[in-house]
Amino acid sequence: MNDPELAVTANSRARSRLLDLDLKLYGPLLALVALFILGAIINPAFLSPANLANILTRSAFIGIIAVGATFVITSGGLDLSVGSMAAFIAGVMIIVMNALVGTLGAGWATIFVGIAVSVALGVSAGLINGLVTTRGKIEAFIVTLGTMGIYRSLVTYLADGGTLSLNFSVRSVYRPVYYDSVLGIPIPVLVFAVVAVIGYVILNRTRFGRHCFAIGSNENVARYSAIHVDNLKTLAYVVQGLCVSIATIIYVPRLGSASSSTGVLWELEAIAAVIIGGTVLKGGYGRIGGTVIGAIILTMIGNILNLTDAISNYLNGTVQGVIIIVAVLLQRGSWRRNR
Amino acid sequence: MRIKTSLAALALGGMTWAGAAMAADTVTIGVSIPAATHGWTGGVNFHAAEAKERLEKAYPNLKIVIASASGPSEQANDLEDLVSVHKIDALVILPFESGPLTDPVRWVKQQGAFITVVDRGLVDEGIEDVYVAGNNPELGRVSGEYMKEAMGGKGKIVVLRGIPTVIDDQRVDAFMEVIKDTEIEVLDMKHANWNRDDGFDVMQDFLARFPEIDAVWAQDDDIALGVIEAVKQAGREDELFIVGGAGMKDIIKRVMDGDRLVPVDVLYPPAMIATAMEVTALKFVSSAPIQGSYVLGSPLITQENAKDYYFPDSPF
Repeated sequence: MNDPELAVTANSRARSRLLDLDLKLYGPLLALVALFILGAIINPAFLSPANLANILTRSAFIGIIAVGATFVITSGGLDLSVGSMAAFIAGVMIIVMNALVGTLGAGWATIFVGIAVSVALGVSAGLINGLVTTRGKIEAFIVTLGTMGIYRSLVTYLADGGTLSLNFSVRSVYRPVYYDSVLGIPIPVLVFAVVAVIGYVILNRTRFGRHCFAIGSNENVARYSAIHVDNLKTLAYVVQGLCVSIATIIYVPRLGSASSSTGVLWELEAIAAVIIGGTVLKGGYGRIGGTVIGAIILTMIGNILNLTDAISNYLNGTVQGVIIIVAVLLQRGSWRRNR
Repeated sequence: MRIKTSLAALALGGMTWAGAAMAADTVTIGVSIPAATHGWTGGVNFHAAEAKERLEKAYPNLKIVIASASGPSEQANDLEDLVSVHKIDALVILPFESGPLTDPVRWVKQQGAFITVVDRGLVDEGIEDVYVAGNNPELGRVSGEYMKEAMGGKGKIVVLRGIPTVIDDQRVDAFMEVIKDTEIEVLDMKHANWNRDDGFDVMQDFLARFPEIDAVWAQDDDIALGVIEAVKQAGREDELFIVGGAGMKDIIKRVMDGDRLVPVDVLYPPAMIATAMEVTALKFVSSAPIQGSYVLGSPLITQENAKDYYFPDSPF
């Protein structure tokens, strides 16, 4: 440290690492801020409290599912079945609640049973994905591609190709779960926040979270380090299933219906949110905070496009694609330099 | 090897003979439709199954085979199966897309089957014997006429479009043609993909963006259901009305009950598949002349006539 040259080098290296770290951490946030400013310029209505509440509420579905996806992807897995799973769970919830109106009445008792069914289904669906992937030694892509088709066709079958609608009187009791606010914050946003915080703590402050990172980085090394790889990977899919069920619980009261078109492409949106947020698709590194921002960015793009007629409707996909790639580029550039 | 070949020939011969014998007293009608991937096609599947049951009961010598496909190429495969496996005498088809299915249907025709095309016409004329056409421009026109009348020829509206396709273009073009010379201003149009969730999101954004909206043309009942929820959430149900389209039972129920938010609906019935099956069956069980085109109307459903269009048992 007596050598001044060495000290300077070390100092500048430390500074540049700090800068890199900042970009990597705050890249998604920067993208969000840029998008926010863009929205405000395009249409002042963007800044209205109602519109901002709409964006956050809408992002809750994808966001909650994406929190679960962060666990799966961090541990080196992938779940393509979440959109179909959500549709299937919503369909079964509606059928169960409709059937219970006669015995339990159109009140909270019925709704609680519906919620319990949703959680049970979500956890079991996750368990199936996890067990088949780990015990069957099949790639997650194939397993969840299969279950994706299964749940999608099951909901079509349950609905007879049409739409399942929740009993009207149950719906009016259940409706506030989506539409009401507590202390000015819409309930779906609160649920999203709670799920994200719990997810953050589990991923970053528990042994399970650390093991997810380890398994995603190198499964064999993790196995030699006496980590129960199969059990923990399965647990990640169960967390994902639970998140899907929570998202469904706040989705059903929104429109009170489920059909074969419910949740189409949610799996890709969830994966996109996770990756935009800085989690690495091949596993080993994951960030819940980034995922939350990623989900909000995705919803915000759609919202801004709806607030302007400057861009042809046919080009919506192009704009979305460009913004997603730029957002990821922003943080990956620094990710690479960091190495 | 030779034994195998002759066995196969024998089996084939036996099958042909059986087929010929069956064809002598029974008539097989193949019905090829899109799979139930959204509400409207769900309705098509429901009504096809119902018509099959009804027709087979009414005419014991009639056999109906329904094949549903989830894409144009799968539908083309279905046609081959219907001809080679089921030996159909007639085909009723609601094509996924006109272009890719024109040649496969021509091939079925060349195999000697009677052809009935539903909803979407083929690219080449003269292939089909019967054409039962739903009328997309008419749906747009009827919706436009109603809006013009209900709004007294002036006001501000928003339009939610379907999936970017020819069907959507035809509806919107015809609608715009009607309101062209009025003082009705279209604030904006966005695609809601004939989907409830998209309808909800797009309408939320329209409501945030435009402080004054007098009417909404949702064009489709699934979109309309999403729009209704968004309008209710914003508490603006007193300032506007919504016009959907198709004839979904939930919407027709609202019209029947006199819901101020949804005063009318415009019919675009998935049951048109049943019309086509009935007409095709007539060809084989009666001597009534049936060849030609049948263009179904898109009548306006109002509180007065809504009960005629209300089918509570249909999934759509």
